[in-house]
Amino acid sequence: MKTRGLIDIAELTTQEIDELMLVASDIVENPERYAEKCKGKKLATLFYEASTRTRLSFESAMLDLGGNVIGFSDAQSSSVSKGESVSDTARTVACFADIIAMRHPKEGAPLVAQMSVNIPVINAGDGGHNHPTQTLTDLFTIKRELGHVDHLVIGCCGDLKFGRTVHSLVTAMSRYPGVRFVFISPDELRIPEHIRAEVLDAKGISYVETTSLDDVMPELDILYMTRVQRERFFNEADYLRLRDSYILTQEKLKPAKEDMRVLHPLPRVNEISIAVDSDPRAAYFRQVKNGKFIRMALILKLLSENA
Amino acid sequence: MIIGSIHDGIVIDHIPAGRAMELYSYLKLGELDCEVAIIKNAVSGKRGKKDIIKIGAPIDLNYDILGFIDPHITVNIIREGKRDRKFHPTLPETIIGLVKCKNPRCITSCEQELPHVFCLTDRENSIYRCRYCETKAEKHTL
Repeated sequence: MKTRGLIDIAELTTQEIDELMLVASDIVENPERYAEKCKGKKLATLFYEASTRTRLSFESAMLDLGGNVIGFSDAQSSSVSKGESVSDTARTVACFADIIAMRHPKEGAPLVAQMSVNIPVINAGDGGHNHPTQTLTDLFTIKRELGHVDHLVIGCCGDLKFGRTVHSLVTAMSRYPGVRFVFISPDELRIPEHIRAEVLDAKGISYVETTSLDDVMPELDILYMTRVQRERFFNEADYLRLRDSYILTQEKLKPAKEDMRVLHPLPRVNEISIAVDSDPRAAYFRQVKNGKFIRMALILKLLSENA
Repeated sequence: MIIGSIHDGIVIDHIPAGRAMELYSYLKLGELDCEVAIIKNAVSGKRGKKDIIKIGAPIDLNYDILGFIDPHITVNIIREGKRDRKFHPTLPETIIGLVKCKNPRCITSCEQELPHVFCLTDRENSIYRCRYCETKAEKHTL
């Protein structure tokens, strides 16, 4: 039987995502029930590039399941620096570990790893391509904060062109009924045509595009913020002109609904004012915590499926 | 121009004009000992111009690439001077090793031994995407 990991969020059915969220919720409520579920199991975190949240989240998830963690957080400290292929590294690690979480700057590297081993591989981010556990984290956060993931108005703000988290979130949320999107970005960083054509238009999902965050703030249930990066602009003047309009401040948040929630995949730089952190609508640090619980649920699912 | 008919072999017809040499190269026809004729810019009723390749031996060919280049290409199998079979190549589910992924961020760009694999993701529009990074295959850059 083919070993099943998680390379792309599209590999999970809506039912499976809902089940993962149920398990994650149960873990939140009853952590002691799960404290030894992975006793004797090892997670290998193979991080070929820097990460704070994702790696520590995976490692904490495995430790909270009673398992152990091995791995590297810098390709220079592994045989990769000697030119070892992804496939060979994965095969070597599979001799020691029961499950792998891999982050790699090259797109498709975790898939190559999964094709080489018979233990599950979880894609922890491959370049600008996929980051399925971030999407699960986002969905789980919306579920926990608002109680449901359907019939919502999702505002995505900032760099919608290069932001992989937005693309995955839009793709995943588009499975649920009654979801509407508001895309807030400068013209230079609009949501790509292929997402509009292949996901939104193909499924008949309603969306609007705007350059003004202020205009749409009152109608949003979720505001998913991303960073507008200087290097994405063709000229400095455009960047300076647009930069501040996508910085979320307490003032900008005033017309928002009381139960609206602000999410951000983090790290942030300056796109959300620190003063917003104390607003109950700011959910981004709770989002980080949720990431651990949904990763625990995912590790459990993949280890039990491939047992 | 007169090109003699073949007794046993293959005629690949309705190749988009100007692409016969590309196919000649991909099908490795240069390695054959038999007669091979390339006709460029032949008159086509439907398309104005087309290319044709005639191969003077009943060899096994990898037809996958034909469907990828253009599903309107026709393959005629000739036996004892008569057309034994005519078919359009179908779109293959995967194309392995024939098309290179051009995405510099793809894992295939740094791991030389990995086969370049493209999967059919949209049959209606004949769209193939890299198995690893999902970059769309560009048909003019085989």
